[in-house]
Amino acid sequence: MKFPKLTTLLFSLATASLLFASCDDDEDQPATGSVDLEFENVVGNQALTLNASTYYTTEAGDQFKVSKFNYFISNVKLTKSNGTTWAEPESYHLVKQAEENTHSFTLKDVPTGDYTQLTFTIGVDSTRNVSGAQTGALAQNNDMYWSWSSGYIFLKMEGSSPQAANPGNLPNGGPLQFHIGGFRKPNNTVQTVSPSLPASTALKVRGTVTPQVHLKADLNKMFAGPNTVRFATLAGTGHSSDPNSVKISQNYAAGMFRIDHIHAD
Amino acid sequence: MAPELLIFEAIPPTFTLLPPVFRSRRVRVGVCSLAVGLLLTAACQPDKDVVVPGDAEGPAPAPTPYALVAPHKLFPAFPNTPNNPLTVEGVELGRHLFYEKQLSGNGTQSCGSCHQQSKAFTDGLAHAIGADGGAPHRRNTMSLANVVWETNLTWDGAGTSLEQQARIPLENPVEMHQPLIESVRKLQGIAKYPPMFRKAFGSSKITEDNVLKALAQFERTLISGNSRYDRYAAGDKTAILPGTDEFQGLTLFNSHAVPGIRGAECFHCHTPVTFTSPAGQFFNNGLDMTFADPGRGGITGAAVDMGAFKAPTLRNVALTAPYMHDGRFQTLMQVLDHYSDHVQLQSPNLHVSLAFSSNNSRTGRMDLTADEKRQLVAFLHTLTDSTFIKDPRFAAPN
Repeated sequence: MKFPKLTTLLFSLATASLLFASCDDDEDQPATGSVDLEFENVVGNQALTLNASTYYTTEAGDQFKVSKFNYFISNVKLTKSNGTTWAEPESYHLVKQAEENTHSFTLKDVPTGDYTQLTFTIGVDSTRNVSGAQTGALAQNNDMYWSWSSGYIFLKMEGSSPQAANPGNLPNGGPLQFHIGGFRKPNNTVQTVSPSLPASTALKVRGTVTPQVHLKADLNKMFAGPNTVRFATLAGTGHSSDPNSVKISQNYAAGMFRIDHIHAD
Repeated sequence: MAPELLIFEAIPPTFTLLPPVFRSRRVRVGVCSLAVGLLLTAACQPDKDVVVPGDAEGPAPAPTPYALVAPHKLFPAFPNTPNNPLTVEGVELGRHLFYEKQLSGNGTQSCGSCHQQSKAFTDGLAHAIGADGGAPHRRNTMSLANVVWETNLTWDGAGTSLEQQARIPLENPVEMHQPLIESVRKLQGIAKYPPMFRKAFGSSKITEDNVLKALAQFERTLISGNSRYDRYAAGDKTAILPGTDEFQGLTLFNSHAVPGIRGAECFHCHTPVTFTSPAGQFFNNGLDMTFADPGRGGITGAAVDMGAFKAPTLRNVALTAPYMHDGRFQTLMQVLDHYSDHVQLQSPNLHVSLAFSSNNSRTGRMDLTADEKRQLVAFLHTLTDSTFIKDPRFAAPN
């Protein structure tokens, strides 16, 4: 009985000394690593194609096509199981379906460790709506800014639907134009989400490999969830925020973003 | 409730909520300019040891950095142009070249022939007429106001930098019609130019690149931001008084129609504060069912881009008639009649903002009243910047 215990002790000692040795060598064990976030936009179980020849169908059964789908991802945070949180500095990213190079971005200088939660804001926080540099993703001319109310459009979806009002008899149905934004009460549409990691998976940040977090954003979830949207009665939101914008933001906060898988190496 | 909230957010006084942002931005721009200045100095120092072959005078002194100044806090930051930093000498050279008729094949036209300062750098024609006369250009001359902020140049976005764009009108047979290499040869023989190029670019040997760079530098200084609208937007609430036609027009301009609120939807495409397309955006505005000019589609080849054009700046729009890519409308009232009543709703890939308006939910048309059209035209006149069209820095050199 004593023999195994001694072995364990010796083994622990050996491990500890190894650990110390490796800690002295910064090249073997960097203090930080990178994480790639990839956003794949889908409609239900179909890939999203802009201006497709066929219609998509909402969960409630309305048909539609999509001509534009853009959204901001901001204030990205990673949390370890012990509650330690890392927040990306200057964390503002604009995903545009029409621009492939915006579908992924890299979090840099993330302290190494095992993270159990990913958190981000869909849109732009209220502070940055009224202060700070308007450059990069936040440039005014990115098609995501209401200059007169000094605020960002957090999410834009445009398209058409045979179920939407179509007095002009447009060939692809009546227009859909959902521009969601606004950070002032009572129509605050800033939404922050923490989509769960796949079961029994941790996001392992090491210096040597860059894990890729593959998220799917289901556009259909704009119109389903807490507030079912039918295009016959709601085919767009008023510019600047309005109560309908809040409802749609509640929908996409509830279910649009899902972590599909993580490539660990 | 909802309509009141919308009105609150749609009316520009909320501009006044912004100051802290822009104070910090100004600081940042200042730091940036300093940094650019330092870089410039650093970059130019090694040149002092280099004697350009054929340059008998030896090394040239470094040019003086030219700092662009935003008209007011609502304008975006200036894009960096690290490959062509603005200098006092470069801008001045660019101005001389802009008004230089020897850049055209037969010596009759300069850039300034079609981009006339008095008309906010347009020509008053439906279609530009080039140096050779004869067949007109297929498109209407665009204003050069505030091109410093544009990422897509000309109606179809064929140009993505002013340096690259400048070669097109210089060489195009229906425009100035002279190969750039020939222009370089001519300029080299005009007494004033070799010393000016030396001051601006360090060598009196003229190159194609340096001609284009100088023109681009001058164009980047053509900033219009001192209209009555600008004074209003920057905080002078007496510049456009509530209750006036102008004020009502501004509200319509910035409003999206929803039940209970009338809107003219203009801001979607003519986005303040430059009043142009957002970066990379082109629109089919419903002029035609079939497209004599493919517009953006001619560049991308994509069906969805056929008949789509850049939304030109509305700054000084009262001075830039006629209107549209083909100059088909003579007056602003005709333009409003189009958007209000005559949009071709069946046109393929019509822009979504024009496809349905709750102003008239029975027809889906914008259906502006005569009063509303008058108010919008009144507002558009507040975008005229009379200092811009008289600024001696932008005029032909004596």
